[in-house]
Amino acid sequence: MSSFLTYLINGISLGSVYAIIALGYTMVYGIAKMLNFAHGDVIMVGGYTVFVVCSTMGMPPLVGILAAVIVCTVLGVTIERIAYKPLREASSLSVLITAIGVSYFLQNAALIIFGADTKSFQSVIHVPSLSLMGGQVTVSGETLVTILSCAVILLALTTFINRTKTGQAMLAVSEDKGAATLMGINVNRTIAVTFAIGSALAAIAGVLLCSSYPVLSSTTGAMPGIKAFTAAVFGGIGSIPGALIGGIAMGVIENLSKAYISSQLSDAIVFSVLIIVLLVRPTGLLGKQIQEKV
Amino acid sequence: MKMKRMMCAAMAAAMTVSLAACGGSNSTAETTAAAGGAAADSAEDSGAASSDAVFVIGGSGPLTGGSALYGTAVQNGGQVAVDEINANGGINGYQVKWLFEDDEADGEKAINAYNTLKDGGMQMFVGTTTSGACMSVIAETENDNMFQITPSGTTADITKPANVYRMCFSDPAQGTKSAQYIAENGVAQKVGVIYDNSDTYSSGIYENFVKEAQNQGLEVVGAESFNSESKTDFKTQLQKLKDAGAELVFLPFYYTEASLVLKQADEMGWAPKFFGCDGMDGILDLPDFDTSLAEGLMLLTPFSADAEDELTQNFVAAYEEAYGETPIQFAADAYDCLYVIKAAAEAADITPDMEISDMCEAMKTAMTEVTLDGLTGQGISFDENGEPNKAPKAVVIENGAYKSLE
Repeated sequence: MSSFLTYLINGISLGSVYAIIALGYTMVYGIAKMLNFAHGDVIMVGGYTVFVVCSTMGMPPLVGILAAVIVCTVLGVTIERIAYKPLREASSLSVLITAIGVSYFLQNAALIIFGADTKSFQSVIHVPSLSLMGGQVTVSGETLVTILSCAVILLALTTFINRTKTGQAMLAVSEDKGAATLMGINVNRTIAVTFAIGSALAAIAGVLLCSSYPVLSSTTGAMPGIKAFTAAVFGGIGSIPGALIGGIAMGVIENLSKAYISSQLSDAIVFSVLIIVLLVRPTGLLGKQIQEKV
Repeated sequence: MKMKRMMCAAMAAAMTVSLAACGGSNSTAETTAAAGGAAADSAEDSGAASSDAVFVIGGSGPLTGGSALYGTAVQNGGQVAVDEINANGGINGYQVKWLFEDDEADGEKAINAYNTLKDGGMQMFVGTTTSGACMSVIAETENDNMFQITPSGTTADITKPANVYRMCFSDPAQGTKSAQYIAENGVAQKVGVIYDNSDTYSSGIYENFVKEAQNQGLEVVGAESFNSESKTDFKTQLQKLKDAGAELVFLPFYYTEASLVLKQADEMGWAPKFFGCDGMDGILDLPDFDTSLAEGLMLLTPFSADAEDELTQNFVAAYEEAYGETPIQFAADAYDCLYVIKAAAEAADITPDMEISDMCEAMKTAMTEVTLDGLTGQGISFDENGEPNKAPKAVVIENGAYKSLE
């Protein structure tokens, strides 16, 4: 029983990181209708920012996290401005290829600046671990903070979208870009805000990811990025609660199948579940069926 | 139109930078190649009869990337040996030139590195440092009939070509010797294994470890794997082994991942004995790694810097003076490789003006006859398959340093 709980908590922790990353994918897709494949690499940039600020310059963790959020937000908006905005009217395939190009650009830039050596990341989370059931289950501080951050972020994001003007504008743009323009909504600004939020989330995901698994290299964000993208599709891309459910489901399935079926097959099992879900519900768990307008 | 132009500019900038990235990793190779080329030219100019002729011995290994410590150690260990050999009159009266290339532990880059070394005039090859890269290079060296000895490439098939020898134990031998060591010294009865099933080094050791563990009467309570795509989260694997009652966890993989395993076990509050192979060597040198986590970690390694024999003491002193750090086993392997080449070259009485292939044939005959008292063992000899015969040794990490185990 105690091991099952450990597996479950670890799964939720891993899933929470996936969920935070998936939020970035899903928001950008929902509003700009594009797959931002460079999202995973923004996570890596966040990780390196904290590494430079905290480990190299010796600043306190909070400064590092703040710096990561600022750097990633600026980076996200800049990428959108330079690489994606000129392609707003181009076919979605061109945008997709551009996004892949940006992803390689970021990875190679990190290689030049930081070299290919794997860096040891010093965890910036200093929370004591929690002992449950008389010491049988130990939950690390990183795990606690990860799960908590995910919950807080989701709550804040939902409130932001439902309660603020910008949030409402985002909803409007995601539903119908043309009509939103007619209603006086600045579509370009709304998309830029979406990228800013998505990238800030990527920065936080980077901090959490690197604190839990303290190694840092230029490809740190790549695999979690792909897993989180899968989570976003799993939960229904474009849907914010879907990203959360998808992320946590992915993490839990991955960990439980590692624990009870086979550590070799866990990735295969995760993706099989994805295929089955998509066969039954082609738009994902919470995805909306969008009617093609003629 | 303006948008398009901006886009073009951005893409052009992106491409330039990514090209620069490629250039960045190659530039060191080019400079050394140029230097090597110059050396080869001068060797040709001076003619074979002249005493200016040198033996050019090349090596390759990762100088960047996750296993950069290994390549650097091989490069430096080889340099210490070459300096000593040259100071004592060289091989058969000829000085030795040591060239080294970065192969990033990658098969394709290792072939490039090998070709660069050949352009530099290499006549014998000490490489490569890592197994995977070595597997892709042996086809080339076999083709050229270039004498090759790998200091630390452990995959069993590396020594299949007749021109390839090995200084360290092979994967099967490491797995077998680890199990024997654990059983014979009563280190633990119930053992668990975590291994990388996407890596031939790791799974090769794992298979032979389990086989021998059963022969030795050890109980293998669990064998968990991970792969190169998911090598950061080991909590589940550790928890399973903990539940299975493992007293010792065998970790046949490299130190970067091992450092995460140690950290996550510590977070779980679980402290079994950990036992690694040569890939674990270097964990204490990992930047920013909390070495207290590695306390009590045992590893099978043929070399420990605290050994008290004169040879080790001299080597460690020379290495520390030149590079400011304590040598790891890879440096010792490389050092022994150079001395075995010296011993065989002297037995075969080869000279630098020989064809590479003739040199290799002469070396092959001599290799089975020589015995070397080296850093990594007394009376090291080689069988006709190119495998070394020497006794296994283990070390334990105590107070942040390696300590020999008897």
